[in-house]
Amino acid sequence: MVAFLARRLVQAVLILLGVAAITFLLLYYLPADPAVLIAGRSATPQMVAAIRHELGLDQSLVMQFLHYVGNLLHGDLGRSYTQKTEVLPLILARLPATLVLMAAGIAVEVALGLTFGIIAAVRRGGFVDRAIMMLSFVGVSSPQFVVALLLLYVFAATLGWFPMSGFGTARHVVLPALTLGVLGAGWYARMVRSAMIEVLRQDYVRTAHAKGLSGRRVVLSHALPNALLPIIAMVGIDIGQFMSGVVVVEAVYGWPGIGQLAWQAIQQVDVPIIMGVTLVSALAIVLGNLLADFIAPFVDPRIRSQ
Amino acid sequence: MRVLRELVRRPSALFGLIVVVIVLLAAIFAPWIVHFSPNDQLADGLSLEGAPLPPGNGHLFGTDTLGRDLFARVLFGARTSLIIGLVANGVAVAIGLLVGLLAGYLRGTAGNLLMRFTDLMMAFPALLLAIALAALLKPSLWIVAMVIALVNWVQVARIVYTETRGLVERDFIVAERSLGAGNSRIILFHILPHLMPTAIVWGTLGIATTVLLEATLSFLGIGVQPPQPSWGNIIFESQSYFQDAPWLVFIPGAIILATALSFNLIGDALRDILDPTQRGRL
Repeated sequence: MVAFLARRLVQAVLILLGVAAITFLLLYYLPADPAVLIAGRSATPQMVAAIRHELGLDQSLVMQFLHYVGNLLHGDLGRSYTQKTEVLPLILARLPATLVLMAAGIAVEVALGLTFGIIAAVRRGGFVDRAIMMLSFVGVSSPQFVVALLLLYVFAATLGWFPMSGFGTARHVVLPALTLGVLGAGWYARMVRSAMIEVLRQDYVRTAHAKGLSGRRVVLSHALPNALLPIIAMVGIDIGQFMSGVVVVEAVYGWPGIGQLAWQAIQQVDVPIIMGVTLVSALAIVLGNLLADFIAPFVDPRIRSQ
Repeated sequence: MRVLRELVRRPSALFGLIVVVIVLLAAIFAPWIVHFSPNDQLADGLSLEGAPLPPGNGHLFGTDTLGRDLFARVLFGARTSLIIGLVANGVAVAIGLLVGLLAGYLRGTAGNLLMRFTDLMMAFPALLLAIALAALLKPSLWIVAMVIALVNWVQVARIVYTETRGLVERDFIVAERSLGAGNSRIILFHILPHLMPTAIVWGTLGIATTVLLEATLSFLGIGVQPPQPSWGNIIFESQSYFQDAPWLVFIPGAIILATALSFNLIGDALRDILDPTQRGRL
């Protein structure tokens, strides 16, 4: 098992290196000349040349990449074109807000997804199952920004229960977290349902029923723990979907997190910030996958003994 | 034909088919359905106070803040959204098929490299990568389509890879190879046909993802650029008026939802029909 986890760790590092390579190419090779972008419109050729030298753009591709990775390891994600500051502090300052939003959103998603997924699996094929599956389809087919605006329209503008935008109190969190969580729950419920159906078919579930345990007991304490494994394995993908959603939701609700930072950077084509947020998100996804790998042996003794 | 008959027998898939056909017809015949041009700022398109007109009064969906007919914009927007949906997703499925098939068939170092690259792409949040690409390249209809294709092929590649791995071990492939068939013959005539159900299912489900991603990119201002209408940028242009003119946001929003939902429903039903082993799963 230790060997397996070690291999996963190495894989995660390699993936992060690959992610860095792609962001590096996007940052420094796709734009015509980042030095020109940084220098601004009124720059003289000498200033541009000085910036090129400062950025190391006059060196070979491999040297530049090594330099870039070295900088990343030191926490240097580059400088914002427009804000003239380092990207990392900008992201760190906004990370807590995003983490609060994600935690609340994931809580909503998991609570709704687990409940509805289990109910659908138990009532498989029946009316309740079909209704839940239909709803989950609506969830995965909904454009997040429209749902965000709809919730704002109904619960903030019309009913006045929640503030229109901003950050600070618990009431500010409700609508953004619901937007992220309810739509995510559609996808999550389908995952939980299919994992549960797989488990409910097993012989030991029939045995548990046969010894006369209540249906609730069988489902919650015999079937669910075994269905958790595939669900935990999806944590990485889940975080990825959330990171994408966060940009839209923070933009609509004016939530001061890294999604809003990225959104503002889009308007000004401030590529280093966009890539910084992308890097941080990719890191979160890789860590999420790694976390799933490390949790799995605790949930499932079969993996521990391998 | 059998597939179509089975589709029509399922209420949810039938609903999906009807919506998709309506949207397709609306997109194709847009200029004949509505006599306003989508970019015309109509003289009577605004109220005396300069506010957009609500639905009714000769404008089925009302008018937008510039006095343009919303129904016309939504119809012509359907063209943009569907072209991107079909092209971007078609390219994504093609790339996914190619990468997954090659990786699964070649295995060894080349196959491994391809799959590690796929894993790498999985580590990027699709929307953020699309944002970065779209922000770097000048957004236009075709760029947006390519950006979406570049981030959406990954899932298809993974599934095709797994299926190809399974197929390569099967007796009929081994038999074919021992008869002296070359790689290209085996791939084209024996493996590819077995991957068609997967390609068809993902070709359908992926359109839903693509339509949503295009709308989201356009909503963030880096998709299709106004005045060319797309469902996302219609909402992008009027989002700050959503309290006073909710129809400008929620009519196109409902249409995006209905379209994505329909493609999802059809894709799900197709998966059931084409691949009985997956019945009732995700």
